[in-house]
Amino acid sequence: MAGMVIAIVLMVAGVFFLTVSALGLLRFPDFYARTHAVGKSETLGSILVLSGLAVYNGLELSTVKILFILFFVLIANPTATHAIARAALRTGLQPWTRQKAEQKVKGIKQP
Amino acid sequence: MNSFLLGITVFIAVLTAISLYRVAVGKTIFDRIIAAGLVGTNGFIILVLIGFLFQRIEMFIDIAIAYALLNFVIVIVLGKYFDRGGERL
Repeated sequence: MAGMVIAIVLMVAGVFFLTVSALGLLRFPDFYARTHAVGKSETLGSILVLSGLAVYNGLELSTVKILFILFFVLIANPTATHAIARAALRTGLQPWTRQKAEQKVKGIKQP
Repeated sequence: MNSFLLGITVFIAVLTAISLYRVAVGKTIFDRIIAAGLVGTNGFIILVLIGFLFQRIEMFIDIAIAYALLNFVIVIVLGKYFDRGGERL
C-alpha cells in the first residue's frame, strides 16, 4: 500500500514536469531557451514517471528493464539536446535578447 | 490504479499532441529537431504505460527500449548533419 502511494506521488510529479516541459517548448521565445525545457524538464519528468512505474511493478525482470531505460534517458536526453544546441551555435543562430525584441517592437533599425 | 494509469496516459498523449505544434511551425530547423525528440521521449513513456494497461509489460518494455535507442541515434545524427548548416556529410 505504501509502495502504491509512493508510485502515485512519483508519477504525478513526473507528469507535472512533463507539462512544464511541453509548455516551455511552446512558449519560450528562442531556440536556446527551448533547449532548457527539453534538456532538463523533460529528463526529470520522464525519470520520475519511469521510477514511479518501477516502484509500482515490484521486484521483477521488467523492473530492471525499466531502470535501464531510466538511466539511458538520464544520459542520452541531455547529450542529444547539447549536440543540437552546439550545431545551432556553429551554424550561427543568434541568441535572443530582450533588447533586440524591444527594438523590433518600437521599429528601431538594428545596427 | 488502472484508471489512474489510463488518465496519465491520456494526459501525456495530449501533451505530445500540443508539442507537435512546434514540429510543424518551428522557426528554425533546430526547433523542429528538439521538438521531435521530445515527442519521441513522450512516445516511449506512453508505450511503457500501455504495457501496464494491457498487462503485457515484457513485450512493450522491449519495444520501448528500441524506441529510446532509436530516438537518441536520430537526434545525434541530425545534429551531426545540420552542423555548420548542413553542408558536410
